[in-house]
Amino acid sequence: MTAALEKLRKVALRLLQAVPTVFGILVVCFLLTRALPGDPAAYFAGDMADAESIEEVRRTMGLDQSLPMQFVSYLKDLAQGNLGMAISTGQPVTAELANRLPASLELTLGALVLSFLIAVPLGVLAATRPNTWIDHLCRFLVTAGVSLPTFFTGLALMYVFYYLLDWAPAPMGRLDLMFLPPEPITGFLTIDAIIAGDWEVLRAALAQLALPTITLALFTLAPIARMTRAAMLQAIASEFVRTARAAGLSGRRVLVTYAFRNALLPVVTTLGMVFSFVLGANVLVEKVFAWPGIGSFAVEALVVSDYAAVQGFVLSMALLFVALNLLIDVIYTLIDPRVGEEA
Amino acid sequence: MTSLTTTVSNTEIAPRSSLWRHLRHVVSENPVTGVAFLLFAMFVVLAVFGPYLVPFDPLQTDTGPALQSPSAAHWFGTDHLGRDVFSRVVVATRLDLLISVSAVAISFVLGSVMGCFAGYFGGWTDRITGRLVDTIMAFPLFVLAMGIVAAAGNTVENIVYATAIINLPFYARMARAEVSIRRNAGYVQAARLAGNSELRVLFGHIFPNTLPPMMVQISLNMGWAILNAAGLSFIGLGVQPPAPEWGIMVAEGANFIISGEWWLVIFPGLALMLAVFTFNLIGDGLRDLVDPQRRT
Repeated sequence: MTAALEKLRKVALRLLQAVPTVFGILVVCFLLTRALPGDPAAYFAGDMADAESIEEVRRTMGLDQSLPMQFVSYLKDLAQGNLGMAISTGQPVTAELANRLPASLELTLGALVLSFLIAVPLGVLAATRPNTWIDHLCRFLVTAGVSLPTFFTGLALMYVFYYLLDWAPAPMGRLDLMFLPPEPITGFLTIDAIIAGDWEVLRAALAQLALPTITLALFTLAPIARMTRAAMLQAIASEFVRTARAAGLSGRRVLVTYAFRNALLPVVTTLGMVFSFVLGANVLVEKVFAWPGIGSFAVEALVVSDYAAVQGFVLSMALLFVALNLLIDVIYTLIDPRVGEEA
Repeated sequence: MTSLTTTVSNTEIAPRSSLWRHLRHVVSENPVTGVAFLLFAMFVVLAVFGPYLVPFDPLQTDTGPALQSPSAAHWFGTDHLGRDVFSRVVVATRLDLLISVSAVAISFVLGSVMGCFAGYFGGWTDRITGRLVDTIMAFPLFVLAMGIVAAAGNTVENIVYATAIINLPFYARMARAEVSIRRNAGYVQAARLAGNSELRVLFGHIFPNTLPPMMVQISLNMGWAILNAAGLSFIGLGVQPPAPEWGIMVAEGANFIISGEWWLVIFPGLALMLAVFTFNLIGDGLRDLVDPQRRT
């Protein structure tokens, strides 16, 4: 079997493995919608409802049927993209989530890219120069970074850069009210501004994006740097690096081509945990910076006990998490030089 | 595999006095761990005696002018209702630690029982445990906790249960791994030959030996549990005002940070950070104690 075919087979297999995971997520989300405190029918009928109208709501919501039947109709609704109505805004939950998703993705992906750009070189430098100042810096950042509550870092940064130094704009959403948002094409303000060629708006959007991104990046930096350092140390101590050295290759070549490329693989696999952290921390950061993403939507919904909105949020975050993990695994299969070689 | 099990059992039968020597050695080699234990002792004292030590009642309003910056009378300043921030930060220790200790205790007990069965018996126990753990881990954990609290009701107990559920996978996986490498160790076979029942072998002979690595996990997990609980109350779940709790204090102070009243956020935030930091340092220190090879 050729290497390309082997890789394709592995990717297909990995996609299949996601099916039970998604099913598990759907079951948990369904159970969460049924676990409302008290009687859901009475809750949705409102405070003023009498016994008859509660029965009416129970029938229309299908709550009088058996649990498996209710699960089937839940799946049917989901297949049509129907997550119910958000009480707080009066809009369908699906539409609300779709509108707000780009804002969250822009923040999350920006933070991931930023923390990668800092953490990977930091981890590599710390591993190649053990017990120097950079190693100590890395160790300090790793321990301090995981201890930092994101909402606290966000507020501290806001105090320093907005109140004291006045470098950052007011922490109010994605774009200062003075600017008109660009034509929405991707939904990412920065990319839309580039497409529209509107450099003023790009600058303003980046200024709003800076603090929340840094806050989130500080949080994800620690696990990535820790993993990179550990993986790099292991790769440097391995036999193939010793062989490469003994063969007289230059130090740089040994580090980059042999050690670093192999060290990246374990880093990529442990990214799942980082995604879990970043999607959770995202909610807190959005609340701190009044960022109009799905996290702050969920927080607002929580305050007014808008269950449909919260369940829709949990479901979409879980599906996003599965998708990100799948993407990483597929990339891993594609870049791993060992896959398909032994076949 | 055999060499691994023998090294494990060698350290396990080491006499207690050498453990103390080892502990002293670790603390003297890495004084940070010693500092971490002192900080831990301080947090315990504050949690137990906090309400008797503070100068003001944490709920009493108008102890001084509202929104006053730190001074000799109010070390951490006062909040918008004139409550003393120092007293509130100190008294909050008990609630924060109580939430995270109970959550970690629940997930430790449930997770290790599940993991022990899965690792020792395998078969359907292993499959069910594995499926459950995988399903929990399929969610971004903080988001799952939000969903659980939203569905089950907005109370402090539900914060504890939600935090316990999202921590369960770590204990179940660890217990399973630690039990399955010891399943056929020499002392286990000896215990079995001596006529002990399977359950007795599992919980009387294997489980106690998995405790050292589990302790490391508990310590590292405590910090994470505190962060999670504080995060949940920061977004308005669980603890309700005016109860003093670090997360909710930061949330209340957040409205004042853009007008420059920094002490409302910084002090409870620092207390939270210090608590998490302490548990992480202790975890790293315990890891050095238990398994010098896994040092990073």
